Amino acid sequence: MYDGGKIIPGLIIFLLIITYPFYTNIGKPVAEIKPDLKTPEIERLEVKECVEPKAFMRAEHMKLLNEWRDSAVRDGNRVYINSKGKNYQISLQKTCLRCHSNRDKFCKVCHTYAGVKPYCWNCHFAKQEGKG
Amino acid sequence: MGMLFSLVVVVALILIALFGVKVIGLQFLFGVIIPYIAVLTFIFGMLYRVLKWSRSPVPFHIPTTCGQQKSLSWIKHSKIENPAGTLGVIIRMALEIFLFRSLFRNLKSDLRDGRLVYGSDKWLWLAGLAFHVSFFTVFIRHLRFFANPVPKFLNVIDSIDGFLQVGVPHLLITGVLLLLAALYLFIRRVYIPQVRYISLPADYFPLFLIIAIASTGILMRYFTKVDIVKVKTLTMGLASLHPHIPDGIGAIFFVHLFLVSVLFTYFPFSKLVHMGGVFLSPTRNLANNSRMKRHVNPWNYPVKVHTYEEYEEEFREKMKSADIPVEKE
Repeated sequence: MYDGGKIIPGLIIFLLIITYPFYTNIGKPVAEIKPDLKTPEIERLEVKECVEPKAFMRAEHMKLLNEWRDSAVRDGNRVYINSKGKNYQISLQKTCLRCHSNRDKFCKVCHTYAGVKPYCWNCHFAKQEGKG
Repeated sequence: MGMLFSLVVVVALILIALFGVKVIGLQFLFGVIIPYIAVLTFIFGMLYRVLKWSRSPVPFHIPTTCGQQKSLSWIKHSKIENPAGTLGVIIRMALEIFLFRSLFRNLKSDLRDGRLVYGSDKWLWLAGLAFHVSFFTVFIRHLRFFANPVPKFLNVIDSIDGFLQVGVPHLLITGVLLLLAALYLFIRRVYIPQVRYISLPADYFPLFLIIAIASTGILMRYFTKVDIVKVKTLTMGLASLHPHIPDGIGAIFFVHLFLVSVLFTYFPFSKLVHMGGVFLSPTRNLANNSRMKRHVNPWNYPVKVHTYEEYEEEFREKMKSADIPVEKE
């Protein structure tokens, strides 16, 4: 081997970068991510359902929120008819956050886990919660 | 021909993953076994390639020089173009690796009035740089799927990358840039006849593969969504060696993962190893000090010599009798 003094450290750096996911995670239990659904408002509901089915909401809520924003702010339309034909008021604070009032235990659980920082709460937040 | 072949292969790979996951239900194969094999192949393949290169002796310093060599004190030395020592080499290599300096030169050739002329081709340099920087950023960004809690620097990269704040989830510039740059490199390859003429499947295949990877990634992020928490549960399971496939991850994720696995597997056996090779290219990483230092070839065969003194010693008497002059009587 020639120039081992340079090549070996280079390879070690390569290995440290490429195996980063492994040596930082091996032996750690896989975290279970469960957004909390126990808020007073949800407890009061007879049928515990969101505006759309759970699987859809989990994957596509951000898209729906974006559509709601455009619909309310740009078109002035504040009525959403869901896939079952039920009507909802288009409003983040009056519809979504009324039930999901526990931002830290609901929204943030997955967002933090996935490393996502939406800017919804730069404007929409209840006073006691503060920005975030 | 090469283009069509590569395209068919990439489309076939996509269909294999779709078929395997949607029809046969081989989530564990495509989500766990193949990614593990791919990562192992990538790591050991890269080590093998680099260690193999390291066994080749480089006895003589053969840098490509583009400027005045270090010479007499009153001749201006071109320190980076023709480095004489380690510092110059480090600067030259850094500029090469981070800014692709050698691509910033006259790379376009043309026949004008029957004469071959060279001109600059900054678009190639720009697209190449955009492609590599974007791909690197995209790669680093994906580490968020392999760390819990997500390290701060990944959040910072994400917010810089998405500073346009277009849409939710916010548009990440590097993802789009990666796709556009790869498309540009492909179109350039087809559009310029000379480049097209020398293009092989090994040129088209990685391009198509990367275009497909970027497209599936963009599709997943902005269009046909997947449940990102479940995806991260899967990737964290892979990282902690407790593989587990949560139910209900869309097939497109497995297509994306399979294409990435193919890229990882293909990497060490293709021209893509230039990732490691750029550090080991003797025409860049050596100093032009041949006139200051003697470089001896290590595999020089020990030649058996017979000096004139020994020759004369052996034949002196015969030389004398033939009246040939000798040095020693």
